[in-house]
Amino acid sequence: MESTERQREYVLRTVEERGVRMVRLWFTDVLGQLKSFAISPAELENAFEEGMRFDGSSIDGFSRIQESDMLAKPDPNSFELLPWADHLGNSARMFCDIVNLDGTAFSGDPRQVLRRNLDRARERGFSFYAAPEMEFFYFDDSSPETEPRPLDQASYFDLTTADVATDLRQRTIHTLEAMGIPVEYSHHEDAPSQHEIDLRYTDALTMADNVMTFRLVVKEVALEEGVHATFMPKPLAGVQGSGMHTHFSLFEGDTNAFYDPGDEINLSKVARHFIAGLLRHAPEIAAVTNQWVNSYKRLVIGYEAPVYTAWASNNRSVIVNVPPIRRGNADSARIEFRAPDPACNPYLAFSVILAAGLKGIEEGYDLPEQTTVNLYQLTPEERMAERIDMVPQSLADALNVMERSELVAEALGEHVFEWFIRNKRVEWMDYKAQVSQWELDRYYNRL
Amino acid sequence: MTVADGLRGPTPGRALLAMEPLLLFPDPAPPELAQALDLAGYPWKAVGDERAAGRAEPDDGWAGAVVVAAIDPDGAFALCRAIRKRDVPLEPLLLLVSGAQLSDLELRDELFDDFCLYPFQPLELEARIKHLFWRAGRGTQPELVEYGALVLNLETYQAQIDGHPLDLTYMEYELLKFLAAHPGRVFTRETLLSRVWGYEYYGGARTVDVHIRRLRAKLGEEHANLIQTVRSVGYRFGQSRWGT
Repeated sequence: MESTERQREYVLRTVEERGVRMVRLWFTDVLGQLKSFAISPAELENAFEEGMRFDGSSIDGFSRIQESDMLAKPDPNSFELLPWADHLGNSARMFCDIVNLDGTAFSGDPRQVLRRNLDRARERGFSFYAAPEMEFFYFDDSSPETEPRPLDQASYFDLTTADVATDLRQRTIHTLEAMGIPVEYSHHEDAPSQHEIDLRYTDALTMADNVMTFRLVVKEVALEEGVHATFMPKPLAGVQGSGMHTHFSLFEGDTNAFYDPGDEINLSKVARHFIAGLLRHAPEIAAVTNQWVNSYKRLVIGYEAPVYTAWASNNRSVIVNVPPIRRGNADSARIEFRAPDPACNPYLAFSVILAAGLKGIEEGYDLPEQTTVNLYQLTPEERMAERIDMVPQSLADALNVMERSELVAEALGEHVFEWFIRNKRVEWMDYKAQVSQWELDRYYNRL
Repeated sequence: MTVADGLRGPTPGRALLAMEPLLLFPDPAPPELAQALDLAGYPWKAVGDERAAGRAEPDDGWAGAVVVAAIDPDGAFALCRAIRKRDVPLEPLLLLVSGAQLSDLELRDELFDDFCLYPFQPLELEARIKHLFWRAGRGTQPELVEYGALVLNLETYQAQIDGHPLDLTYMEYELLKFLAAHPGRVFTRETLLSRVWGYEYYGGARTVDVHIRRLRAKLGEEHANLIQTVRSVGYRFGQSRWGT
């Protein structure tokens, strides 16, 4: 592949010309944590040729029984100079694909999982695009020991403190754009010290890389000001949590497959089947799109978080929203899936979302009527009649549903599927063994 | 002053490639050859025979020629003979032949300066062309593409705007180079995909839009409008050096 060779040459040359002292190789573990190790420019050629050997047994979800050594192969196309200062001089990063020593793709690598699912979509002529709305909180302290103090509530009338958050967000956006991650829109969210930055759509693999970069950039920029940024789905009880509402579309070549000019709300058959797939499989994929104990504290009634598997156009209380599109702008036809939270593993979340939607298309699922009533006022019987399901209410519920899902097993592959369930069961058991302040307050004197 | 220089005129910005176009045979050019030359930064024009070569010849003459003999051998050798027998023979001339044609090279040494096997390796093709120019005493300067405040150094892969380095990914760099080398021309997404990405792209046709936005973000507010969206067609970089 000569184009790969050119890309490598480009990287080598840029490293030389820009005086890069350190190249950071990035990859992602199964839980969505960014992993990084640095190599010197002298090691770069070898990294391209053979990959960098490392011990996978210490990486969450990478461990295997026989041998634990694997190779990280940098993707030269993802080479990017890091815009923040490094005491060693310029540094750059590349995302890596993880391969076994024999050169085959490592099945525990989330990036490979997404590639595999995108390839499946491509076999059907589809390219998959994603645009997430990233929500997060700023707090003034990174210690979990003390109650989290929002920046702009700690001193409500203090203009300068409110400015710190706005300034942080501006600098974050500037850094993101310098790294080739264009921002669509940003604003202060409803909860104190909660912010939202919406990214412009890209293909799903690039976007998963972007989400990884995004989380690091937000934290790095905050840290420079001594501020703690968190993507924890529900850091404060009583106010809204952080979601990662994501807009999705499928293109066939140059044509938006979700768009139909003849339809009342411009929604094509493909889009309708895709939504039907998402609605039907939303409970199965919840453990992936909402993977932490804390994720389910966000999915409760009353905070604009989706609880029921219903859809509607231009309605923000359902799990699948169809935003109105600008007149004549076929390209912007898309659906918004509102379940995921920003602490998910974006590679795996996009994989299962795509798999659910494709399943709807392949099997020609019928889309129920859109919801026009207030979902919270329906009785369980009425909801059943409307085929409206509830999303799992805890990580344990979500795991029980996921465990029986062919769809998720196939999308993630056996290795990731099994490891994920095992790891998450342990998390749930740990949580269950705790006694919370809520329980003490409620029961200690009364019982 | 040549007519070509005169035509460039005092437009507000202009793209300068270091050289006149290469003559390319056959017409249309094989896509992989067109792409390899584009990526290497060589301007070119495809011609189908000697007469077309005469008509399309720049006033400063062709910079050189790349002739594919593997597709239409008779046409190719006829063209080589014609352009080498002129008062000032056209050189350098790189001939692309299939493995089976190697024996045809015998007794035809005067027709070409170097040859390369077809199908070719883009890096080899590029290296041979570069070496031919070097031997001819040309092309030893780093090649630059300039447009207003933007400078691309094709030798080092570095881009600058207002004297500040632009940190680009490989595909951003290739896209910017292609656009800046053809100012004022409107390209469809399909054209950009096939010429810049080749056919091995991952994201589908929207990839172009995504990269254009990334480029604009990196160019910064002041220069983002260098790349204009031409509604329902595609994209245009700056203004033509010929004036629009």
